[in-house]
Order: sequence, then C-alpha cells, then structure tokens
Amino acid sequence: MAQNNSEIRYLTPPTVEIKKKKYCRFKKNKIKYIDYKDPEFLKKFLNEQGKILPRRITGTSLKYQRRVAKAIKRSRHLAMLPYVADLLK
Amino acid sequence: MLNQYETVFIATPVLSENQMKEAVQKFKKIITDNEGEIIHEENWGLKKLAYPIQKKSTGFYYLIEFRGKGELIDKLEVQYRRDERIIRFLTFRMDKYAVEYAEKKRKMKETEKVREE
Repeated sequence: MAQNNSEIRYLTPPTVEIKKKKYCRFKKNKIKYIDYKDPEFLKKFLNEQGKILPRRITGTSLKYQRRVAKAIKRSRHLAMLPYVADLLK
Repeated sequence: MLNQYETVFIATPVLSENQMKEAVQKFKKIITDNEGEIIHEENWGLKKLAYPIQKKSTGFYYLIEFRGKGELIDKLEVQYRRDERIIRFLTFRMDKYAVEYAEKKRKMKETEKVREE
C-alpha cells in the first residue's frame, strides 16, 4: 500500500482484470468420448435458449467442439435436450 | 471386423409393461436374425421428453448395443419406421472411444453392484 500513495489515487480502484487463460476441459481431463446420454453435463455448453455456445466462450478445442456439437445434437434428437427453450438451467 | 453399433429407441408411453417387453423382443430378434450379436442392453424406463413428440410428453427409452453388418441397420430402421409404437430412434456406429467408454461404464457399474452386495 505504501508505494501506492505517491501515485494517482482512484475513487474506485481500477479493476485490473487478470485474464484467466482458457483451456479445453476435455484435453485437460483427458476425456476422449463425450456422452450424449448425459444432458446435465451437456448443458454446460448451452446458453439459456438451448443454443450451443461458441468455442471462444467455452475454450473448447476445435476437435472436441465438434464432438460436443455432435453429442448435443444426438441428445436433442432423443428429446433429452430441447431444440429451443426459454429458460434452460 | 464387424462394426459396433448403438441404438436407442423411444416407445409410446401408452404401452403396458408386457407390450413394451414384446417390442424389445421384436427388435432384438431382428438384430439376432440378421447375424447381429447383442452386447449390452439397458432399459431406462419411462422418461420425460424435453419437448413433445407426437403430442406425447413421456416415453419409454431402451438402449441396445450390438455388433453386426451395415445392412442390418437398414432393416432395423425400416422396422422402426413401420412400427407405430416407436416414436423416435437413433442408431449410430460407435467409434473406438465410444466403445472404450461404454466398456468402462459397464465395468464401473459391475463393481458398484459387487460393493452393494
């Protein structure tokens, strides 16, 4: 704190965002197969309308994003996930 | 080397338990009659659907894992389509990761059963 005194003081301390590096959870946890039978897990990759979240938000690698998408689509076909929803989660 | 497939079908909730068993028997017979080999089956029971299918909000889920030739799939799916009891089905070829995963899951269940006993 002492060294801050000489510098500019802010009324609200500026939020310095420490960017957390995104990572692919499948690579990290060494998950090779994404199960379409587990809708609760797949919901992590959907937004509230039931749309698939893009890679830039979830951090999933391309390889696994394709598999996530496939699993979600299979799950939707079998009515375990909705195609459209208003308030999922 | 035969492919390994997984098929899930949803039957109408209006069926009685016996009718459901009969339907399952029918499809298992189609698989075995066409040189297929059933590896595993699972009855998920009555489940709520995420959206209505043919104005129904619930359905009986049943999963069969089997090995067989590609031609068998055509025959099986034609039967699914002709059968009024089936409201939805999905069949796909399992890749090596899917096979691995299914085997692992089964093993885990077995050890759980042993523990319970």
